[in-house]
This record gives sequence, structure tokens and C-alpha cells, in this order.
Amino acid sequence: MAASTAAALTSTAFLTNKKDLDVAAFSSSLPFSYRRCERTVSKKICSVMTPQQSERKPSASGSVKTAMTMTEKIFAKASQKTELSPGENVWVDVDVLMTHDVCGPGSIGIFKKEFGENAKVWDREKVVIIPDHYIFTSDERANRNVDILRDFSKEQNIKYFYDIKDLSDFRVNPDYKGVCHVALAQEGHCRPGEVLLGTDSHTCTAGAFGQFASGIGNTDAGFILGTGKSLLKVPPTLRFVMDGEMPDYLLAKDLILQIIGEISVSGATYKAMEFIGTTIESLTMEERMTLCNMVVEAGGKNGVIPPDSTTFKYLEDKTTKPFEPVYSDANARFLSEYRFDVSKLEPVVAKPHSPDNRALARECKDVKIDRVYVGSCTGGKTEDFLALAKVFHAAGKKVKVPTFIVPATQKVWMDLYSIPVPGAGGKTCSQIFEEAGCDTPASPGCAACLGGPRDTYARMNEAQVCVSTTNRNFPGRMGHKEGQIYLASPYTAAASALTGYVTDPREFLQ
Amino acid sequence: MAASLFLSQSPIAISTPRSSPSISLLSSPQTLKFRSSHSNFLFNLSIAVSHAPSRLATIIPRATASPSSTAFHGLCYVVGDNIDTDQIIPAEYLTLVPSNPSEYEKLGSYALIGLPSSYSTRYVESEEMKTKYSIIIAGDNFGCGSSREHAPVALGASGAVAVVAESYARIFFRNSVATGEIYPLESETRICEECKTGDVVTIELAESRLINHTTGKEYKLKPIGDAGPVIEAGGIFAYARKTGMISS
Repeated sequence: MAASTAAALTSTAFLTNKKDLDVAAFSSSLPFSYRRCERTVSKKICSVMTPQQSERKPSASGSVKTAMTMTEKIFAKASQKTELSPGENVWVDVDVLMTHDVCGPGSIGIFKKEFGENAKVWDREKVVIIPDHYIFTSDERANRNVDILRDFSKEQNIKYFYDIKDLSDFRVNPDYKGVCHVALAQEGHCRPGEVLLGTDSHTCTAGAFGQFASGIGNTDAGFILGTGKSLLKVPPTLRFVMDGEMPDYLLAKDLILQIIGEISVSGATYKAMEFIGTTIESLTMEERMTLCNMVVEAGGKNGVIPPDSTTFKYLEDKTTKPFEPVYSDANARFLSEYRFDVSKLEPVVAKPHSPDNRALARECKDVKIDRVYVGSCTGGKTEDFLALAKVFHAAGKKVKVPTFIVPATQKVWMDLYSIPVPGAGGKTCSQIFEEAGCDTPASPGCAACLGGPRDTYARMNEAQVCVSTTNRNFPGRMGHKEGQIYLASPYTAAASALTGYVTDPREFLQ
Repeated sequence: MAASLFLSQSPIAISTPRSSPSISLLSSPQTLKFRSSHSNFLFNLSIAVSHAPSRLATIIPRATASPSSTAFHGLCYVVGDNIDTDQIIPAEYLTLVPSNPSEYEKLGSYALIGLPSSYSTRYVESEEMKTKYSIIIAGDNFGCGSSREHAPVALGASGAVAVVAESYARIFFRNSVATGEIYPLESETRICEECKTGDVVTIELAESRLINHTTGKEYKLKPIGDAGPVIEAGGIFAYARKTGMISS
């Protein structure tokens, strides 16, 4: 498969600036000032302010002095600068801070400790709190963590808190969404040109909307809760040019597994990954999300896709907030450029225990499997299930291994029961899954993607072999340490469920 | 003066703090780790002291001490490449909230419990809260995977003071500095193949050097640079207060 070529283009200087957190910015010559807070709410911390700038609008596109990439432009805009280069540390204004039940309580704890018990968050409309990880469990600490989120949201009058109170039936909780990264998109929190930070490494998913989106820890999140700002280093960008017609047996998951296999699990560490090309232009928003979702599996700081008519159409009924898309300049500098002829690619999997352990699906046809898992922020969106259903319908057979269906969000769950699968005579996903002998679609959430508490639905409690549409196949990721996880596209997952072996979906799709 | 405080067991920690930290802490029978829990502290002394004969005592001067005065001495625990955050702290323990002191301690007891069974020696023995190994030596891309701050916190809470890896995943490195839980140091060569779990090592921060006393070999580390003082202070908030960036 010589479909990809890599060419290092420019800039060795970028390579030397390796650390993301260059604390030089903290030392004497500070690029910002801080002043005493006038408000009484928080006495402990003064807000961190960027210095006064002359009134100059950052260049968005067109005639510019310094050519910049999309990511550099978003950083420039968010830090009120006209130009920036990779390696610079800047204080950026955060447009949206997302947190969930696993890291929210810790972030809140740090916020309260550092800013005071009575402190208020910097903007109650910019904090989005989404319980999604450990919801349908009897684990008391997990339940308590959701209570902490609820109390905090109430106390702070957080505008976007997607609560769940009745765990016996998620459907009686209209506010409950499910997996944060999918919910963020569905609820209109992802907007081109903005900065979205979240206490979850897969926050990078939102790069599909042409924004800067990245994962952070509790301490950074605690700081942002109080100030709305974060000190970030401008990453250099790797560019991935994906051209060619996408064969109908491939999905975005195949593309990103192909790329990670190419550059390794640390190939994009500290770097932005920008995806362009005719194939990318042809992808739906959900497929673009799959692509950007897994950039962190290559170590990437963020993934980003230029917004286009597909993006704007998706956003039409989701947000009324104005946004300003940005695009890489024609002569912007990229650390390297990788080119793929997508028409020549084949379905791939990542073998245990690393997302870069790539193999062709057909090369693994002798790997006997015990179960198939379809879910998560990566592979639990509506279109992932439509793809699954398409293969099941085309095959007209029953699955040979237990097949677990976990919709990412409540909306996805509803889609499974309402949207007719194209070419399936009006049948819905849920009907097709039932006929194929899959498990009944579970309550939406992160579920067994990351193992979780012992009673988590579909958690791998034995040393089994699983084909999964999720994002990580580290040892123990889905529960059992000796479990073996093959990461695959929904097509490959469906084909594998039907045979009981890792299977190339072309066996059923052609 | 702190140098005379270490009597007991080897391996011990060595340091020459220039400040005068409150040494009464050392008389505590508990294993202590003080963090920047109060905003008005002048310095932050981080101590993982133990009393049991088999354990190690480590003192790290923070605040006024410059890196030149800091050295870590102890047993090392050696792991390979791509040690992800699920191995450092599996997701089932993420219900523990790091900012809650008792849960912080518990997180420490689960540090590196997700390593596969091919690691015959456990990092933290079962029933123990602390590790014997204050220094972790690793290969490439340590801390890859999730953004869970529980990962550096679990290591710090277990008694680890430094990781020496060939490289780090970005978020783990940042979280280590932001929390001040551990020093994420980088080696210039692949040390993880030349050290064995249980070897006695010393890290001299100012010299950017790691000495393996068991094998007698010395290795060059990459300088920790400006991240050093932040970790010394006990994290980004503590550092910001100490340097007057934010009021105390």
C-alpha cells in the first residue's frame, strides 16, 4: 500500500520548541498584566489580562502580511494578535469550556480551592457540563460525581448542564444527552474559528468544525473556570491531503487508522493535524468528526478541517451565534505534508494494543473474535449505526458473536428507532439490529469504551477478543487487562460480527 | 540542615535546601505529602516520608531552593514505550476525585495498576498506599491517551517524584507541570533498556544527570528548563502566587 507519501517541507525551527507548556511566559517579562479584581466575588485570584492592543483586526484571509495556518489564525484571533508563529506562547480567550463527570468534580475542586468558595465562573454561558462517562452504574462515587456537577451548575447558574436524575430510564431525562463530544456538536456548541477546551482528550473531535479544540487537565480547567483564559503554545501544523473518491467500503475510521499507522502514536505530538483534499470535502460532518476525534491517538494537539458548505449546513439549525471561519493561507507554512490517494486504500484495523498497530482487515481474517462493540464518541454516532445496519441488511444474516450497540447520545438513540436505513425498504436501524440478533441498543453514554465501573454495560470483564468502533485498544482499556481490542470502522465491525472473525467488509458489500 | 534529617534506611533522598522548611513534619508517623492547599504559603515542602524500614524517604525542597540544590535518590521502576494513562490509572478508578485529600491518597495506591501481568513486580504492592520506587524510568511517549489529570496525580500521590522518559505525550507533560505532582524529565538516550526495576538511582536536577548506582552508569538528561520552578513550587497556581502573578 504505497498510497501515501510524506514530505517534510519547511522549518526545522519548529522542532526545537518541543514543550507545550513553555513556562518562560511566566517569568519576569510577562506578556500580559494582571490587576486586582474589582469584584468582590473572588479575592484570591486576579484576572489575567492580555495587554492593551491597538485596534487592529486580525487578518482572516486574503491579503495578509504573514501567512498563517488555520490553527495559527484561531490562536491569533483568540489572543488579540495580528500574527503568530508556531512555538509562541499566548494567552487565549476560551470560547467554550467543556467538562464531564470524570474530570468535572476535580476541576471544580481546584477552582474552589484557588479562587475561593464563593467564586463565580468567568462566564456561565461558556461552561458546558455534560455527564456522560459513568452514569448507569450503582457505583456510589460515580453517582456522587454527577451530584457534584448538578450542585455546581445550580450554584453557578450554568446555562448548559445536561442533567440526568432518573437512572432507571434515560428517556425520562429530557436534558440528558450522552457522550460529550457528540452532544457538543448536536447542541450547537461547536463553531468555526472558536477555541473549545475540554477535560477530555477527545475534545479534538470538534476540530471537524474548523475550530481549535483540545483536551486539558483539571488544573488548567480550574484556571479557565476562574479566568476564561489559558496559556497555550501555538502548534506547528502537519497537513494531510486526502484526495480521490472514497470507495464505498471505506469510512473515515479507515482513513484515520491509516494515518495513525503511518505516523505512529506519537507522530503528531504537540502538533496540529489539518485535513484537506477532495475526499475530506466529500465527507459528512459526522465522518469529519471521526477523523478529528482520533488525532489525539497520534499525539496530536488538535485536528482541524476547513469549514465549508457542509459545515454551514449542519450548523444552520443548531446555533444562532455568529462565527468567523478561518482558512490556511496559500503560502502558510506546514511542518510536513502527507498525501493519500484514498481510492487506493483498503479497510484497516488497529491490532492490540496500540492504535498505530495497523493491519489490513483482510490480513486478520483468521483472528477469531468473541464480541463486537459499536459505540463511543468515535463510532457511536447516527451514521456509524447506519453503516452497521447497511452491512447487516446487505448480508441478511445473523451475528455470530454478541454485538453491543451503544448510541452516543439520546438523539442518536432516537435516530436508531426513527430514521429509515437507506436502501433497506423503510426499516430502521433498531429493526435491522434486532433481526441480526444484536443486543438491544443500550442507554447512551461512554459505557465500556473505557471500561469504567465493574457494572458498566458491555464492559469486557473477561479476557476476550473484541472488534470495536472505539478509539483506544490499550491494555485494559475496555475492562480486562488481557482483553484484545481490534479497532475498526463500523463496516468492518459489522462484517466481523457476521463471521465471528475480523472480516473485510467487502465480503458483504460487493 | 535538612541533610542531617535522613538517617534511616537507604535509599534516601539528598538535598540541600536553602530555605528552612518546617522539619517537624518529618517526625510525623504518617506518610505525608503537602501540596499548595493554602494560598498564603511561602514555600511548599513536598515530602513523602515513610517510617517503615523497607520504604524510602524523599525530600524535595521547593520554593526558594533552586534546581541546583535538588537531587532525588531512590529505587527506580522501569517500564517500556507508550505507557498510556489507562495503564497508569485505569478508568474504573477515575471516580476518585484528585482534589479530595482522602481520594488523592487512594489514587496513589492504584498507580500503574493497569500494567499488564508481564510486569511481575507491582509498582505499589497490594494493601500498600505508597510505592517503594520514587523514580520511574520509561521509553517513548509516556502518558499517552486520555487527558485525565488523575495520571500524574496518582504517580505523585504514590510517592513518585520524577519520571525519566525518552518522550512524553503532550497532555500528560502539561498536567505534570500544572499540578507539580512529578518532574517529567527527558533522557537523551534509551535508559529504560539499561536500568532494571530496583536499581538505585540518583537524579541531579541542575546537572541534568541520572546516575544508576547499581550499574555504575551515568546518563545525561535534557534540562527541565522553566518548567522546573513551577513543579518545585507545587504547580501552576502555587508558582503564580509565589512569583506574585496572582495575589495570595
